[in-house]
Amino acid sequence: MGNPGSFYKQLSESYHSEYIRSGLLKKIIIQVGSATCEKAAGSDLVWQEFNKLIRASGRDDIVIKQTGCTGRCAREPIVGVFSPNQIPIKYEKITVPKVQTIFQDHIIGGQTVPELVLDKKTQKRYDWVITTCSSRRCHFDKETDLKILLQDHLEKNDLDPDTVRVFHGGCMGLCGREKVGKQHIMMIFPEKIIYRFETESQLDEIIQSHFKSKTIAQKYQTKTDFITEQFFSLYGDVAFFNKQTRLTLRNCGLIDPESLGDYIRNKGYEALSRILEQNNPEKVIEQVMASGLRGRGGGGYPTGQKWKNAVTYTQDPQKYIVCNADEGDPGAFMDRSALEGDPFIIIEGMTIGAYAIGASQGYIYVRAEYPLAIQRLENAIEKARKNNLLGKNIMNSGFNFDVEIRLGAGAFVCGEETALMYSIEGKRGQPRIRPPYPTQSGLWGHPTVINNVETLANIPTILLYGADWFSQIGTPKSKGTKVFALAGNVKNTGLVEVPMGTTLREIIFDIGGGLLEGRRLKAVQTGGPSGGCIPESQIDTTVDYESLAQIGSIMGSGGMIILDDRDCIVATAKYFLEFTQNESCGKCVPCREGTLRMLEILERISEGNGVPEDLDKLERLGNLIKKTSLCGLGQTAPNPVLSALKNFRDEFLLHIDEKTCPAKKCSKLIKYQIIPDKCTGCTLCARRCPVSCITGKSRQVHIIQQEKCIKCGECYNVCKFDAVSII
Amino acid sequence: MKQSIELDSKISNFIESCLQKPNHKSYLIAVLHKIQQHYGYLSLEHMNMVAHRLQVPTSMVSGVATFYHYFRLKPRGKYAISICLGTACFVKGADKVLEAFETELGIKMGETTPDGLFSLENSRCLGVCALAPVITINERIFSKVTAQNVPGLINKVKMEIPMTE
Repeated sequence: MGNPGSFYKQLSESYHSEYIRSGLLKKIIIQVGSATCEKAAGSDLVWQEFNKLIRASGRDDIVIKQTGCTGRCAREPIVGVFSPNQIPIKYEKITVPKVQTIFQDHIIGGQTVPELVLDKKTQKRYDWVITTCSSRRCHFDKETDLKILLQDHLEKNDLDPDTVRVFHGGCMGLCGREKVGKQHIMMIFPEKIIYRFETESQLDEIIQSHFKSKTIAQKYQTKTDFITEQFFSLYGDVAFFNKQTRLTLRNCGLIDPESLGDYIRNKGYEALSRILEQNNPEKVIEQVMASGLRGRGGGGYPTGQKWKNAVTYTQDPQKYIVCNADEGDPGAFMDRSALEGDPFIIIEGMTIGAYAIGASQGYIYVRAEYPLAIQRLENAIEKARKNNLLGKNIMNSGFNFDVEIRLGAGAFVCGEETALMYSIEGKRGQPRIRPPYPTQSGLWGHPTVINNVETLANIPTILLYGADWFSQIGTPKSKGTKVFALAGNVKNTGLVEVPMGTTLREIIFDIGGGLLEGRRLKAVQTGGPSGGCIPESQIDTTVDYESLAQIGSIMGSGGMIILDDRDCIVATAKYFLEFTQNESCGKCVPCREGTLRMLEILERISEGNGVPEDLDKLERLGNLIKKTSLCGLGQTAPNPVLSALKNFRDEFLLHIDEKTCPAKKCSKLIKYQIIPDKCTGCTLCARRCPVSCITGKSRQVHIIQQEKCIKCGECYNVCKFDAVSII
Repeated sequence: MKQSIELDSKISNFIESCLQKPNHKSYLIAVLHKIQQHYGYLSLEHMNMVAHRLQVPTSMVSGVATFYHYFRLKPRGKYAISICLGTACFVKGADKVLEAFETELGIKMGETTPDGLFSLENSRCLGVCALAPVITINERIFSKVTAQNVPGLINKVKMEIPMTE
């Protein structure tokens, strides 16, 4: 012993043999999602019910496991059933009665329950599904659309298009070690065979062999253990997932987040053991710099450069590394999911960062609003300590590093790095002027590197698969992938991880499945209260730091809210400003007073008291606040209003000149009325009206007395005959 | 200083352990979290005691306690109903849900019913955006809540029926 390489080898071998001994490979595994969102959807009851049924059945070959969330939030709770040598089946929206059906039919009876299968409703059943890698590196010929080419060749070989479905998938990460740009890769379900080919005649050969003779074309089969293989083989047949490139979230929904063994069996801690073995911290920084990774918290500062700053300009031996998990943007939840689904990767990433800059202490600053994430992190830290992966002499390398969790207490401004440091020090989280930057003078005056959760989750992957490989994903200036939290009025809400450079249209329509009930897209809000509203006309913009900034929004931490034609842009702008106004720490005048004045103007507009000059005032004030505020919160607070004004000025004018709200959201500008033809006189609205302003006898048309109405919308909500209209 | 109340022994021990660590004052927020978790809110007596035990000025304790939204200075009701007013919930109609709770309970946001049973709070984004609108009643999360659900939810809570959705 004595070197990290052999330490890791021994550790991973012991977990592997423990896994073999446990006989899990030969058992039926029921996997139940257990993130906050899954629990909100009722996964706890599902978990209890399965446990009860397993006990009652008396079978010892059925085990139940928990996992994080895959990000397919709209279909939760999700249950996976993995039987030996069979295609993994995922079930959606599981309730207690459905658990009984699944248990009876599938687990005991061996028959899948087709009507409960994940995404079944949106997918036709085919005999085969071909997923091609549509990453720009894979195309052997950029002029050819591989999907059409494949379809042509399938047709040429007399295959019924109804039996084989061709699908553009995301990058499988297969290209890492071999030829780039000369090959094409496709995966065929349900066999999960991956083929690599270069010419059309090779493609024909594969089709002939695989679909016609039903034998694997071994000549073209590849067997590399590519990075997203595990995730792909479980979820690759689901439309929502196979357009994504799961790098940082590859373990979420796959492993038990409380099991170090699960993490290690999926290459966990291999990166750390390698760099400790090489014993060259500068090389780690070089690699991170070469990868082109930029901060995922919103600012987009090159991570490698930040690390370098912490070692170049100072001789201070005491350094700190901080993981910023204060995910305060309303509407963003990717960090929560990562912390709940794969906490070890964050800790490994932090340990690598600490080693590179020479820090001996790390802090994870988490929101108190995320109790489950905190619990999973605590568990992960404790297990890492027990296994000599944290603490003194990590992996027998002589390197010492430990991590402590610090809780936030509900202050949005603490996501700003200087405020965050004050909060860790136990003080009020008020930002200060930079410079000095935290890398020069941070926690208690010592150099401190602050990285976001998603940034740190990328680190082990970069060191494992190489900076070259990583830097090929994404655009020239924005490398790698980005996780977005898709929410609002879109069909498939959830977590989406795509390579940088993907267009908003692809995210919303191809992965998100478009809008609800065939509504029209009005705007996409990215970057939360610091970002902007992107109108429908600009949704072919690609997502990367520069392109989004150019159109007046920001990448931000990854919240993406879809607004449709029922959403009022004035109300949305007002909502964000209310938020930042409320969260302003009050230290500097432009932010404290300026946002309040802007909010007053917006309130006046939404109440129908606006005047035309208000719009210019808003713009002038907004630009002033941007220029003169102390920290990022104030400097970006006017963005939602300014971008709304830029792109939706007409809607503001309608509120001011016509005193109407086209989306019928601003309560002061609308009226509720009962349509006499539709009213049956059921009296329900009159009974539910909180101010008793609805009159009318039973079985007679009711009338709303407008002067008393408070426009709460209760009558509109409760009417069973659609007899209440908003005008 | 005269100390009229005792701190729970677990919290007391936690403060003791903090005092042994470097930068012990940085544990102030953690201590306040523990007190709020145990007693439901931060009383003046408790804050004074923390200042004394952790050796920080009282002004700093009250400064921190009032700065962060998460800390409450007043006791809350038996059932704390917290409505998420994050962006996704807002887009999905959280304001209507809030109004419904206000009408149904007869109190405004931030208040507690006279019988001490319910208090109404807003919370910052809970990160369950895909299932918006979301509310929590004590620690339990409810998703896709509508204004129509509200009276039923309140009744269920009152009767302490185990909740299934």
